Amino acid sequence: MSTDLHLIQSMPDSEEMEVSFGPQHPATHGVLRVMVRLDGERILDARPIIGYLHRGTEKLFETMYYNGCVPHTDRLDYTTAAANNQAFVGAVEKLLGVTVPPRAAWIRMMLAEMQRLASHFIWLGTHALDIGAMSPFFYTFEERDKILDRFEEYCGARLTLNAMRVGGQPYDLPEGWTGRLRVFVDQLPARIAEWERLLTNNRIWKLRTVGVGVISAADAVNWGLTGPPLRGSGVKWDVRKAIPYEGYDQVEFDVPIGQNGDTYDRYLVRMEEMRQSLRILRQCLDREPDGPVMAKVPKVIKPPAGEVYHSVEGPKGELGFYLVSDGSTQPYRLHVRPSSFINLQVLPELVRGHLVADLIAVIGTLDIVLGEIDR
Amino acid sequence: MHAQVEELVALVPEAVLEAVDMAGQITVTIVPERALEVFRACADRLGYGFLVDCTAVDWKDRTEGRFDVVWWLHRHRDERRLRLKVRIAEGVEVATATPVWRTANWMEREVWDMFGIRFAGHPNLERILTWEGFNGHPLRKDFPVEGIDTGAAIYPETYPPGGGPSPKAGGAQ
Repeated sequence: MSTDLHLIQSMPDSEEMEVSFGPQHPATHGVLRVMVRLDGERILDARPIIGYLHRGTEKLFETMYYNGCVPHTDRLDYTTAAANNQAFVGAVEKLLGVTVPPRAAWIRMMLAEMQRLASHFIWLGTHALDIGAMSPFFYTFEERDKILDRFEEYCGARLTLNAMRVGGQPYDLPEGWTGRLRVFVDQLPARIAEWERLLTNNRIWKLRTVGVGVISAADAVNWGLTGPPLRGSGVKWDVRKAIPYEGYDQVEFDVPIGQNGDTYDRYLVRMEEMRQSLRILRQCLDREPDGPVMAKVPKVIKPPAGEVYHSVEGPKGELGFYLVSDGSTQPYRLHVRPSSFINLQVLPELVRGHLVADLIAVIGTLDIVLGEIDR
Repeated sequence: MHAQVEELVALVPEAVLEAVDMAGQITVTIVPERALEVFRACADRLGYGFLVDCTAVDWKDRTEGRFDVVWWLHRHRDERRLRLKVRIAEGVEVATATPVWRTANWMEREVWDMFGIRFAGHPNLERILTWEGFNGHPLRKDFPVEGIDTGAAIYPETYPPGGGPSPKAGGAQ
């Protein structure tokens, strides 16, 4: 306890120091605090301290109607609102036994893939910025803005979308939306190639990422990693393929994997995921199912008593909702399986023995958002 | 009986109390004392190498034990999932899953923090989302949504529980 109150604590009779890194530090991506035990520049141990953004979301869910929970899911991982919405409404629909109309599933899939791109853009921009490459930040945020423009046209919001309802979609697509999305989808590959030209073979980038934060495939599974941190270690596993939801079994895409499980491989995996998301978007744009966007569900959702778990492949890993209902109009218990929380847990394993500067690279490569970790 | 339940029952006879299939998801209720044995059988013999999540549910007035502790497991071989559940009374400890799946560490800390359920053998069972001086377990059904005043444990003389720094009347000066 007493050591926690000091920012830097020297150990008696040794060169070791304990340094409090964060919670107010731009490279911790929010309010993450890491107590780092150092010998000079070398990290002996790191202990993440979380909870600074704890809002009791899971407790609040228990006081709300089902559709009232949707805007609160936006605020878990505020960079992937569409994925959060999708996982939550999917859980309720599974318990209700409702299948959403094809057109609603189609809109959801496009929103989710656009959100994956937007989230990866933030990751690339901030990760490169942390390591010292300033310009990708501006380029990726420019492209992300184009996605947010489409979100705004669809539902009026750019960040906290509240774009899905139990049983379907609240609105149909506005006039000309798919055309504008197609323009974006067509021009993005050139942009991604541009960013890769800046980084992939950049000597400084490789020096900072190759061999940093290595985790083996077996350890990655045992630590419960999902998403790009798992695939970077060479495990070909993606919720969209393993337990398909919405229309993911009807589109073609590859699951990219890395070989060495280091920061560089996780970078390559995410870059390829952007291209695969574009591939899915293109297939979505080519087939436009007709029909309603909302299934027949009552105004006040009242699922039967029981429990259900539904997960989606969020941009950061498996994002799931565990819903326990007692047959009333509010969830009895709603638990989030937060991908960032579980991926962050492995941080000490990844940084032990590395330099302080590598800690920054590893926090960036795990792609965490504290809103979801602390809930 | 479902094949996934059958193979588990064959390995740990009499540890399985009940198996429910709901919306295609299988929930197996097991004997709390044999939890670790079941975890090992699932991970080592049945191939459930990935612990997806662990959490708890508070059934405040239930006679056969207040809490459910729930784990769900995944195996990559055939992409199947299995949900394990124990029913325990307040104050009863459950075996930790950390020797089997290291990812259980933070999940169990969260369950301890939110529900006050202790995990026997956990390497570092500290609060994780609330701060270390916090009193109470927020996700219990008898914990008020608007919160409680737990004081400030680092200045116990100035801010005892119930007299924490607050704009409302009753807080210490």
